[in-house]
Amino acid sequence: MKPKFIIGGLLIVAAVIYLIASSTSANAEYFMTIEEVKAQESEIIGKSLRISGAVLGDTINYDPDTLSINFTVANVTGDNDEIEANGGLAKVLHDAVRAEGTPRLDVVYNGPMPDLLKNEAQAIMTGHLEADGVFYADELLLKCPTKYEEAIPDQAE
Amino acid sequence: MLPSLGYGILVITMLVSIYSVSIAIYGETTKSAAMVESARRAMLLTLPLITAASLILIYLLINDRYDVEYVWSVTNRTMPTYLKITAWWGGQPGSLLFWSWLLSVFTASVTLRKWDRDRELLPWVLVVTGITLTFFISLIVFFENPFKLIPAGVQVPLDGRGLNPLLRHPGMIIHPPAQYLGFVSFTIPFAFAIAALITGRTDDRWIRITRKWTLWAWLFLSLGLVLGMRWAYDVLGWGGYWGWDPVEISALMPWLTGTAFLHSVMIQEKRGMLKHWNMILIILTFNLVIFGTFLTRSGVLSSVHAFAQSEIGPLFFIFIGATFVISFALLIHRWEDLKSGTEMKSMLSKEALFLLNNLLFLSLLVISFWGVIFPLLSELFTGSKVTVGPPFYERATGPVWGALMLLMGIAPLAAWGRSTLKTLGRAIWKPALAALLAPILAFSVGIRNWVALISFTLIALVITVSIREFWRGARARSRKSGGNFFIELWNLIKRNRRRYGGYIIHISMVLMGIGIIGIEFFQTDTQQHLAIGETIEISGYTLRYDRLDQFRHEDGRLITRGEMTLSKDGKFLETLAPRFDLYPDGQPMTIPAVRSTLVDDVYVILVNWEGITAESTPFKVYHNPLVKWVWIGGYLFVFGIFIAVGSDEERKKV
Repeated sequence: MKPKFIIGGLLIVAAVIYLIASSTSANAEYFMTIEEVKAQESEIIGKSLRISGAVLGDTINYDPDTLSINFTVANVTGDNDEIEANGGLAKVLHDAVRAEGTPRLDVVYNGPMPDLLKNEAQAIMTGHLEADGVFYADELLLKCPTKYEEAIPDQAE
Repeated sequence: MLPSLGYGILVITMLVSIYSVSIAIYGETTKSAAMVESARRAMLLTLPLITAASLILIYLLINDRYDVEYVWSVTNRTMPTYLKITAWWGGQPGSLLFWSWLLSVFTASVTLRKWDRDRELLPWVLVVTGITLTFFISLIVFFENPFKLIPAGVQVPLDGRGLNPLLRHPGMIIHPPAQYLGFVSFTIPFAFAIAALITGRTDDRWIRITRKWTLWAWLFLSLGLVLGMRWAYDVLGWGGYWGWDPVEISALMPWLTGTAFLHSVMIQEKRGMLKHWNMILIILTFNLVIFGTFLTRSGVLSSVHAFAQSEIGPLFFIFIGATFVISFALLIHRWEDLKSGTEMKSMLSKEALFLLNNLLFLSLLVISFWGVIFPLLSELFTGSKVTVGPPFYERATGPVWGALMLLMGIAPLAAWGRSTLKTLGRAIWKPALAALLAPILAFSVGIRNWVALISFTLIALVITVSIREFWRGARARSRKSGGNFFIELWNLIKRNRRRYGGYIIHISMVLMGIGIIGIEFFQTDTQQHLAIGETIEISGYTLRYDRLDQFRHEDGRLITRGEMTLSKDGKFLETLAPRFDLYPDGQPMTIPAVRSTLVDDVYVILVNWEGITAESTPFKVYHNPLVKWVWIGGYLFVFGIFIAVGSDEERKKV
């Protein structure tokens, strides 16, 4: 094999490694609970996060002129088995909203008011945390487990 | 009675295929022709057996036999008969049976025909396909019996649970079978490759025999992908057709290695090079096929396809692991025999560019594979749950797709053996100049995204280069013979189907690229609550909300249907009626209304199913430029394969 082919091959390998590494670090999304977010607040500012929480109905504040929504979510576990063990998603969300001491997180989202955004809904959000401690969500998916136990597949949402 | 008969037949099939495999191995190693013949007959017997079992299952499905668990879980009384038949592959046990049936059909057609011609290879082909068949049938027999009855003492349900509503779509008739056909038919080239390694017949014989199998496998795999995209676009209602879902990726991965394989076998046929490489590619492809089946079927990863979940996952891993180890052990054992006599000389020669094409396809594979396993690795090693979404794949694969397009533009012009920048430059400057018209045109209609402009240039280059090849060939022929240009064009294609079919496929790929660029770079969307009479605007279109209907369909689903008038610059275009269906079991389904033209699609959905009233109905509208070209490219692609798969006229005469 001629050296120029080996060099060419190495260049391709390097390019692919670069593409993978840079795209991974730019687009990796960390699944975190609110408890974890609160614990590591300073380290994760600016990182892309995926967070699930229980919506506190009283805190929802919608400004139709700027299409901006503020609300607060309470910590729920990310572990499905634990959710089942604690009586299902609906009960876990209900308890999270009512409990006093659970960690909470303020969220800002821009967009039209989703119908499903209400008390004790599960909010699954992607976005990032800023230095003010507020979570800026780019994407907001909502689930109301009381009505339909079976969620639609992820992609259909 | 019938269910037990069906199960009994499956048990017998399993025993027959085990018998066939063992006696084939024993017969080949002891040189006993009678034993090998017996193995062959036993393998042929599996076809009527699995067919009978499948027919019984279909009979049970059509006749609402809800005492059978599988029938209960995938059908109900309101489903039309054709959907009841498609329920054959609507759930885990049935789809495994369908897989086995296809494999049996293919194995039979390989062993029935030309047995004497390929006598040295075929017994080992039979062993490989037989082991695969045994694996799948055993899964059915021991873990996933489609004929399992509901527990004794439980009253037979009056109605079934029904097929998942998302699957109740005419696309269901073709997407899964096409995907499975593609998956399963790659078993045959793989089996021939292994047979070549075992027997030491490591010349390009196995490649020539399996050329058509590979093309058909590739056709169905591609068709499966395109149909799946279409189904997602029409049914899932999220505005796109490809979400980099793990299962989508798992179907894409064997396509990537398969495509690389299709290209590099030509180098082995023409130049006797890349023999190791071809072996590696076909082994990878087969393993990825099994991996794909496993991912779809195991429920390891959550996905739109994970309808079926069960405990057969570890067994798949063992099967993949064993196949991988044995195949590569054989390859290493024959490594010396596969050395090629010729060496690659010029970086710009056709064979070097083919090799580059292969490396690019493999790069796409590595990127995709990384995306799928990264979350698993990360959780294993760092404990934190991390994932990468579509932006990762788009960013990492984008430049590679671009490089592939560039190659499709250059490689047809490069010569075998030796090519220099000068000869290549001389061949390419005219088409390249013509291709520059595309970005100029795009710029003049206001496109400023430079990635899109470069992509359009590359697409145009591929099209001009490919069309020029047809034109040059036909012109040379018609000058020589003095015949009609178009007749000579047809003759040209007939004489060299793979080459010209390949060019058509290249064109179809970049046409699909137009649609992909349209949606990647220029898709816009807007979401709004409307009262009747109000309007929503997107990209120059106006949608007026006219009426809302809500009614119950005879199969029990509640249909909410909004009607909108689509117009542009005050001119009426079409009435669009997006729908929201809610099935009695709580499964919702969003059905978009689409107006599709060559320039753009307007795609409307009803967003939420709760609280829809005439005063406030949430609509989401997507503007998807150029997306129709994805489907146009898809049709042309199928046409191109049909051209490529036929036999060349000249070769027939020899």
